[in-house]
Amino acid sequence: MLTVKDLHVSYGAIKALHGVSLEVPQGSIVTLIGANGAGKSTTLRALSGLVKPASGKILYEGRDIARSAPHRIVAQGLCHVPEGRMVFANLTVHENLLMGAYLQRDRKWIATQTEYVFSLFPRLKERENQSAGTLSGGEQQMLAIGRALLGRPKFLMLDEPSLGIAPLLVKTIFERIVEINREQGLTILLVEQNANLALEVSSYAYVLESGSILLEGRSSELKANPEVRAAYLGA
Amino acid sequence: MGSSVSSKPSLPDSSARFRHHLPPNDLRRPLVNEISQQLVNGLALGAVYALIAIGYTMVYGVLRFINFAHGDVFMLGSFAGYYLAPRVAQWFPLPGWAGWTLVMVLSMVICAAIGILIELLAYRPLRDRPKLTVLITAIGVSLLIEYTCQHKAVFGASQKAFPDLLPAGVFKLGGLSFNTTQFVVLGVTVVLLAALTFIVKKTRIGMAMRAVSHNASAASLMGISNTFIISFTFGLGSALAGAGGILYGMTYTGIDPLMGVNVGLKAFVAAVLGGIGNLPGAALGGMVLGVVETFAGGMSGVSTYRDGIAFAILIIILIFKPTGLLGSKQIEKV
Repeated sequence: MLTVKDLHVSYGAIKALHGVSLEVPQGSIVTLIGANGAGKSTTLRALSGLVKPASGKILYEGRDIARSAPHRIVAQGLCHVPEGRMVFANLTVHENLLMGAYLQRDRKWIATQTEYVFSLFPRLKERENQSAGTLSGGEQQMLAIGRALLGRPKFLMLDEPSLGIAPLLVKTIFERIVEINREQGLTILLVEQNANLALEVSSYAYVLESGSILLEGRSSELKANPEVRAAYLGA
Repeated sequence: MGSSVSSKPSLPDSSARFRHHLPPNDLRRPLVNEISQQLVNGLALGAVYALIAIGYTMVYGVLRFINFAHGDVFMLGSFAGYYLAPRVAQWFPLPGWAGWTLVMVLSMVICAAIGILIELLAYRPLRDRPKLTVLITAIGVSLLIEYTCQHKAVFGASQKAFPDLLPAGVFKLGGLSFNTTQFVVLGVTVVLLAALTFIVKKTRIGMAMRAVSHNASAASLMGISNTFIISFTFGLGSALAGAGGILYGMTYTGIDPLMGVNVGLKAFVAAVLGGIGNLPGAALGGMVLGVVETFAGGMSGVSTYRDGIAFAILIIILIFKPTGLLGSKQIEKV
């Protein structure tokens, strides 16, 4: 569904990615793990058009989207839950969800999908008319995921959904991610520092280090890989 | 409203009309009346500041810079009215309500187009440059407009008399008397502020404006085109400035190409006073500034210091409330 070929990204003089290639097949959960500053978020930002790659191809459903503007990429069903959640703190929970559905015209679909999001995260329903700035970190993460789901995604990118969230909520959120993948047939690219968790829920994984892919393989195999265990799993 | 008494439709006697314009200076009026009358005058002036201040604050909200050319858009609104009035008068009699409405609407549309054009030509190419670059460009655009318009082939530097758009008259409301212009200025401002509030709070595009203002890149991840929202914001703010230009012309009758400098500066201060980026704040700031300035100007002995007194009060308010009256502390994002 998504193929990245030899992606290079620079921030001014600093090279953030040098030649990242990866593939995400339809219906799968693929994860990108690696240390802080390895280039995980930059990869996602390039995929959603927030940074312009210096070179390389991003083929999404066969089309190269590497030069497209973010709002055009979203229109093709590629939705990004950014690092740090970036919910609109000045808008209510309900308005945030409506913003997620900004490009959707079918009111009935929006209503049904909103109900689906509320069924995934009942906490959001309780806080529907509260401003998003008053939510806890975990609730904001739920909102960010729900907001992306209202963009009618075919391909969902999640950037560090566990970051700064109470462990109990992390468990809930990851269960929901698996559920979304199963029930909505959504393809997911997951970026995580918590490699244990990421390898648990994914089928295939890439290990990113200093802007290039160090290792790749089935998640179950990487979990057993002594190198990965030593560097990322704390074993 | 029950007590409002509209004056006779036409006032053939010019001295009668003159009298209606000067109720506040009638020394036989009791003090309470004098104060409330000054309040009406101040609110009418503040309304114009408020309409302009909103444009400053909205653009700051989405782009985080001060569009110093905004005061000149206000000036262009006045001149649009000045040049439109004789043409509109060919179809609708002026002074008259239908003609006035048409002049108002057309001037707002023209100003909206000018605002969108300024952003497109001057600011958009600098979108990814440091804000200081854009700020200096804004000052350049402002000077360009002011001095081009002073050329004799454009408007000329001399002051022009703004045409009468509405029949003169006096409304009495409680103990206060409004002349038609003051009544219309306040009425139009209330209507425009209500419309703006509705757009920003209730519509899809208004929500998108708030989203862009809070976090532009997150907004683009929702499928919102930042470019479109920025254009829309400039258009909306400039239309309000255009309305302000007409209302100002109706109130003060003399217009010139540099009128936007002083009024624009005051409106900018009003936006800061209310809390820059905050819409109700801009409206409140404009009203407070208008009222303070009018009262300072109305006190005998200190009236020549009216701007000085007004600004001194603003400085004092900002010392105790640095984020402005309704502004909240913002965390700078890294």
